[in-house]
Amino acid sequence: MMIKRIVDYLGNPENAGRLKKLLYITLAVIVAADFLVPREHAAFFWDDIPGWSAVYGFISCVVIIIVSKAIGHAWLMKKEDYYD
Amino acid sequence: MTNWFHPSVLFIFGAFLIPLFKGKARQTYLVLIPALAFIDVASMSQGTYWTYNFLGNEIIFGKVDKLSLIFAYVFTIAAFISIVYALHIDDYGQHIAAFLYVGSSIGVTFAGDYLTLFIFWEIMAFASVYLVFAQRGKASVDAGFRYILVHIAGGAFLLGGIVLHSIATGSILFGPLEKDGSLAFYLILIGFILNAAVPPLNAWLTDAYPEATVTGAVFMSAFTTKTAVYVLVRAFPGTELLVVLGVVMALYGVVYAVLENDCRRLLAYHIVSQVGYMVAGVGMGTEMALNGSVSHAFAHIIYKGLLFMGAGAVLYMTGIRKLTELGGLYKTMPITFVLYMVGGFAISAFPLFSGFVSKSMIVAAAQHDHRAAVTLLLTLASSGTFISLGLKLPYYMFFGKDSGIRVKEPPLNMLIGMGIAAFLCIAIGVFPGQLYSLLPHPVHFEPYTSDHITGALSILMFTALGFFMLVKKLKPEPAISIDTDWFYRKGAKVFMWFINNPAARIGAEINRAAFDIIPSSLNEISRGVYDEDIQRRPIGIWVLLSFILIFFYALIYMIFI
Repeated sequence: MMIKRIVDYLGNPENAGRLKKLLYITLAVIVAADFLVPREHAAFFWDDIPGWSAVYGFISCVVIIIVSKAIGHAWLMKKEDYYD
Repeated sequence: MTNWFHPSVLFIFGAFLIPLFKGKARQTYLVLIPALAFIDVASMSQGTYWTYNFLGNEIIFGKVDKLSLIFAYVFTIAAFISIVYALHIDDYGQHIAAFLYVGSSIGVTFAGDYLTLFIFWEIMAFASVYLVFAQRGKASVDAGFRYILVHIAGGAFLLGGIVLHSIATGSILFGPLEKDGSLAFYLILIGFILNAAVPPLNAWLTDAYPEATVTGAVFMSAFTTKTAVYVLVRAFPGTELLVVLGVVMALYGVVYAVLENDCRRLLAYHIVSQVGYMVAGVGMGTEMALNGSVSHAFAHIIYKGLLFMGAGAVLYMTGIRKLTELGGLYKTMPITFVLYMVGGFAISAFPLFSGFVSKSMIVAAAQHDHRAAVTLLLTLASSGTFISLGLKLPYYMFFGKDSGIRVKEPPLNMLIGMGIAAFLCIAIGVFPGQLYSLLPHPVHFEPYTSDHITGALSILMFTALGFFMLVKKLKPEPAISIDTDWFYRKGAKVFMWFINNPAARIGAEINRAAFDIIPSSLNEISRGVYDEDIQRRPIGIWVLLSFILIFFYALIYMIFI
């Protein structure tokens, strides 16, 4: 089964290094492409900056994880038997 | 005019015939009804059908236009997929409830007046709660009661608004509401946004859906919130308040999903988040924004169903609902994993998947309107979607630390249901033209431009980079997060304490005063006239209480009427 082979490859810890490399190559290709594409739909100034989405995506991810966890630990998260 | 047939009739009357069939015949019947309903919807032409005169009001069961048609299409498709996924269930009560739920949702979609809408609206709430109760166990029954109580309260707001609206305008026809800031406007809005799960009115959803049955949650993820989106598109386009609420909603769900450990509750928070995009689109109210909301509702129903089916399959096979206790399932459930990931890519709006052609229309509408903050925040939320549903949940469920659990793939009918949904997620993403042609307004939007593709991929893949850098920090924790249901869950406890302690004591005092002190002092006054042998003491107090009641009644009557 094709699907099983691919999924097993993804899950095998031995391949983690190779997958990481693949991720970095993908990121580089996407950023390079973002510098080359024509920009016709710019509505805001940042839409004209190549690589803007990469920076914004990365910052978004970090902000979401850190801010959410901070709110959770400071306030929202309770023990599982909180309502019992 | 008579050749129109209401698809709800198939579902609602068809529901009661389910117990008559057994085994394979029942399974065939269950699949046949949504298929017939789909054909029925596909062969409809626009117009107004099945109108009756009821107590001087015109009630309309069949208002068919592009907006109601597209929702009817996706509802019948979702019903078909969900019932295939549920075919192994022998408990026909659940099937009946599901059919009534689907039928009433379609009833809301075609309702041309508020009365018809309200009746179907209430049937939806009562039919769907059975899908929570059917899971049994204290947690589910409690959550079911909270669910139905909240919906009854929401229904009361809606009905109040409808009554005031019909008094003010003399019409119960359902259409765009005058933005006059009247009480009727806001009551109807509250009734609608409660069903759309707009915070702080969202907790009924995230409280109840994870407690529903595996198959029931798949139905629930499709219908209640999306009928709410439909009625909002119909009645409240361009209501600026909804832009703010929608953006808040999109982020609200993201934050909670990062914290969540229960798989299906995590998915439920991303219903809140995704419906936020649709609500914001309704608020913007431009043709492009409304098209975006409607197409996103269409795509969302299918990919969200797929995600609930995937998480449900894991729950069904392992009996485990917490991410902290799962891991390493890829070894024995590769097909479930791949199908789940199609849903994960679709909701994250990867190019070639359905979310890409629908969500981006809402963001593009915000761009066109030069709403910088809305554009940036909705883009931020889409990064959060990928973190939780495309990365965190599958990572900790299927990979991560091996839990040692080795279960097989789910039953074939569950895989087929997921397969159909996955196929549609990709088909819509690759060929958006068909979906666009069904939208209520002409579409002037091309999702596949080169800068849009690189932009979207940049956001998503750099989110993935951030995820893998912070993966330890994101580790699920065995905890629950308090949401606005805190107010009625803890509030109910405070209320019961109040009833059992101070209120009970005050009550006892009042009792004593009413039955002992006052009557005996009355006896003092009426000494001589009162003959204990023929006039028993309690009669005196009832006379007194009746007098007090009539006095206050008269007072209220004179003041207010």
